[in-house]
Amino acid sequence: MNDMTPTREQREAKLEGMGCKRKRVEDIRFTQGKGNYVDDVKLPGMLHGDFVRSPHAHARVKSINSEEALKVPGVLAVITAETLKTVNLAWMPTLAGDVQMVLADGKVLFQNQEVAFVVATDRYAADDGINKVVVEYEALPVLVDPFKAMDADAPVLREDLAGKTTGAHGPRKHHNHVFEWTVGDKDLTDAAFKKADVTIKEMISYHRTHPSPLETCQCVCSFDKIKGELTIWGTFQAPHVIRTVVALIAKIPEHKIHVIAPDIGGGFGNKVGAYPGYICAAVASIVTGKPVKWVEDRIENLTATSFARDYHMTTEIAATKEGKVTGLRVHVLADHGAFDACADPSKWPAGFFNIVTGSYDFPTAHLAVDGIYTNKAPGGVAYRCSFRVTEAAYCIERGMDILAQKLGMDPAELRLKNFIKPEQFPYHSALGWEYDSGDYHTAMRKMMESVDYAGLRKEQAEKRAAFKRGETREIMGLGVSFFTEIVGAGPSKNCDILGIAMFDSCEIRMHPTGAGIARVGSKSQGQGHETTWAQIIATEIGIPSDDIMIEEGNTDTAPYGLGTYGSRSTPVAGAAIAMAARKIKAKAQMIAAYKLEVHEGDLEWDIDGFRVKGLPEKTMSMKDICWAAYNSVPPGMEPGLEAVSYYDPPNMTYPFGAYICVMNIDVDTGVYKVRRFYALDDCGTRINPMIIEGQVHGGLTEAFAIAMGQEIRYDDEGNVVTGSFMDFFMPTAVETPHWETDFTVTPSPHHPIGAKGVGESPNVGGVPAFSNAVNDAFSFLGSTHIQMPHDYWRNWKAAKNLGVFA
Amino acid sequence: MIPGPFSYHRPVTLADAVKLLSTLGDDARPLAGGHSLVPMMKLRLATPEHLVDLHGIDALKGIRRDGTRIVIGAMTTQHDLLASDEIARSLPILHETALLIADPQVRYRGTIGGNVANGDPGNDMPALMMTLGASYRLEGPGGARDLPASDFYQGAYFTALEPGEILTSISVPAAAAGHGYAYEKLKRKIGDYATAAAAVVLTMAGGKVATCTIGLTNLNETPLLATDAAKIVIGTSLDEATLKKAAAAAEAIMSPASDARGPAEYRKHVGGIMVTRALTRAAARAS
Repeated sequence: MNDMTPTREQREAKLEGMGCKRKRVEDIRFTQGKGNYVDDVKLPGMLHGDFVRSPHAHARVKSINSEEALKVPGVLAVITAETLKTVNLAWMPTLAGDVQMVLADGKVLFQNQEVAFVVATDRYAADDGINKVVVEYEALPVLVDPFKAMDADAPVLREDLAGKTTGAHGPRKHHNHVFEWTVGDKDLTDAAFKKADVTIKEMISYHRTHPSPLETCQCVCSFDKIKGELTIWGTFQAPHVIRTVVALIAKIPEHKIHVIAPDIGGGFGNKVGAYPGYICAAVASIVTGKPVKWVEDRIENLTATSFARDYHMTTEIAATKEGKVTGLRVHVLADHGAFDACADPSKWPAGFFNIVTGSYDFPTAHLAVDGIYTNKAPGGVAYRCSFRVTEAAYCIERGMDILAQKLGMDPAELRLKNFIKPEQFPYHSALGWEYDSGDYHTAMRKMMESVDYAGLRKEQAEKRAAFKRGETREIMGLGVSFFTEIVGAGPSKNCDILGIAMFDSCEIRMHPTGAGIARVGSKSQGQGHETTWAQIIATEIGIPSDDIMIEEGNTDTAPYGLGTYGSRSTPVAGAAIAMAARKIKAKAQMIAAYKLEVHEGDLEWDIDGFRVKGLPEKTMSMKDICWAAYNSVPPGMEPGLEAVSYYDPPNMTYPFGAYICVMNIDVDTGVYKVRRFYALDDCGTRINPMIIEGQVHGGLTEAFAIAMGQEIRYDDEGNVVTGSFMDFFMPTAVETPHWETDFTVTPSPHHPIGAKGVGESPNVGGVPAFSNAVNDAFSFLGSTHIQMPHDYWRNWKAAKNLGVFA
Repeated sequence: MIPGPFSYHRPVTLADAVKLLSTLGDDARPLAGGHSLVPMMKLRLATPEHLVDLHGIDALKGIRRDGTRIVIGAMTTQHDLLASDEIARSLPILHETALLIADPQVRYRGTIGGNVANGDPGNDMPALMMTLGASYRLEGPGGARDLPASDFYQGAYFTALEPGEILTSISVPAAAAGHGYAYEKLKRKIGDYATAAAAVVLTMAGGKVATCTIGLTNLNETPLLATDAAKIVIGTSLDEATLKKAAAAAEAIMSPASDARGPAEYRKHVGGIMVTRALTRAAARAS
């Protein structure tokens, strides 16, 4: 063997395949300002549209007068609901089976609702026009408090639903009721509570917040009258679904609709659904025959485009006096705002909230969710989480801490006592899920050892004693969180969007010189797919990841996929990629056998090619096979080397993790300091540890923001009081704590490469860790539960309510 | 977030600027760093027809020593203040406060003149200028006049500026040798206005407070001097009971708005704590 022959390690390293901390290839353009976002799309003759929005939360629209607006130089059109009615688009269907006004039709139902769309030659003229549209409103009583929504005398919000006693998800109990969703065995659960030694009951709210990606929602629509084709560049997490939705509601043949999602500056669930801006820009382009751009500003994004959470969860746990849980009962009041525009799989009105039994072996459970309408913006999207999983994780993790407090047990010990055991997997939960794999005890103990949990508890006890002696005004909290996620929606047996099964797809095409392109149905918004997808292919077929180009987001070229949200890309698209790669490899093996003049079965895979078993010097590299695929395939075989895979996952995946937050709070000011945050994640097989770490950092930062102050808050008149980054808490690097990350690896048994998805875990697990830290800090003063967000003044208020200043 | 139409002027002399502002009247606004005005224009809450940009007037920039006083041109940026040895030496509390204003990007652009002249109760410099006994030079069609900072603020965004007048410079007496100082600001995050803030400048003699001035930011519609609180601490060694009394006296004159930073009750409470902490830290610095 000559010295130049690379070693196995060198060949392996050259691939930069799975497990490699490969640098993100997309960052080369992002860090140089060379990305191509929707707002970078500039077409000849392009017009700009912007909205007249309602200042009222609930009002009748008596008249809209556009006369003066149309006199503003540059203003070409003012579109209202009346205009849209001529093309039957004044209302649009939501992904949740409801309908939503595109533009105010007779009334407005939330502040900043879209009332009219002004189209002009530039953005300035459009806004000048907006200021000249005169809308006459008659104010109506406003419903803000979700707990009053179903009062007998509550104002009627949705007049369009008058007399409809059944909605998309069954019977409606009240004029402001959307649906009731129940899961589990009520009788068995009630019986468990009757027998229980100990029970707890607490109303745990997860406040309304917002995904707030730095790039807001936007689109450019261009209708070609000659060809009858509509091209839409947009900030879409699910471009293929958008194409189908447009085909269904605009009655344009689907092959004449081209949807392009270029680079996207963050999505976090905000960019899954369809918004009035898309419809209005498309209609405006059809009407004017010119491209029309719509770009929302920050205030519009925060106040009108899909919020997240707003779940009010009455949580009850039954247990034995030894601390073994015996039953869980949860009732959720779900505030959906003015329209039910949740972006859940169609059959799941409360998403996967029935994962609420969490990581614990509950013998029985019962869940009921009531969705209601209020005078707030529609939405209810999954803000960096699988559908409603963050709410569920917060509910159970807070509940377990409250139970521990009542039992006088350590919260970590209570969790260890009730975890699903490794030998119980695949585990069937009381609320209907089949958990694929897990080793919770190992993860929890690793966390406890890593942070010296016992030592921290000792320090806390000393601090509490010192506080009681009046020697310090600081209290200390330990926030333990152990979450189980449910991601990778989803198997066609229970997951679809508007009837389309939630598969995902990949098409790989290898070129003669051994480089190739893979097109995928997912759509990165910053997750780094161009980097990680190539790594999967590199390991599967032995071609360096640098030689694989990844393309997503163009519905004309990419295979149909359901998009990127709910941590579904790695579990579903990642599987499709591996399966397509394996088809490539299978054909490659036939070609190699032919070229090496052996039987296929005599070949074995070796890093970057095939070798003949027992004759290690007789090899053919994948690169050479690519060349051969274009000139000397076996007789009867089609030339070329490409493959397509559409992957319907057999099950969800269930990532999990053990987090802990150590926090000090100054009771005099409510100012907190996160002393330490440790996050152990188990996402199964790890494709790129650096990207995983980055995802965990990002998700934890969002979790920190949400738990400690980030909210969409309304006053009694329905005015949004947190409509900018001044008041909507968006932490900077200065406020953000230092993150410590760790991991265990429990592969998914049903996924081709064993990966589970990780992007959303830190948001799901992080929020309860922060909230439990605050609650744990105050618990020795007699408090059971303090609602989020835990900003400074609310911490002070909590201290005050507990008599600290008496 | 798109401003309405306006005309833009960039005079190069103070006389031209004054002339423009007095001729154009209420329809014109002077533009300094723009951090208050431009966002208001983008929301169309402010719709001036004319903007008179003061960046072209060199005479409005710079920091110089004038005997026992430091004179700062109105268009001097917060960044310039932070880079100035003179400020660090003679008015260290100004350095400390400038560092607590927003973030470096804002400080590169934001000016001390804009900060004090706008009458925004959230700005940090007005209460500090009152604490330091500064005076403002106002120049208008009728000539120049000097006004103590403590006489300048009349209400939220209402000041003693007459139509056509520009605040051109700030004159601050150099702090006494051996003085102690502190600016304590509680805010939710970088870039936020104070939930409550207090400025303290004092001197100590024989372990007791000899002189003391206390200013309060964002705890009223105008900046405040907590005169009674200052009186309470003079002659004491700032024992716990005195600090409590001083905080209570300061809280008595606060009337902050309830907003997303917290209810008025909370803001007053932490306002008192800022006073206590500023006093303690200032005393520790005094020699």
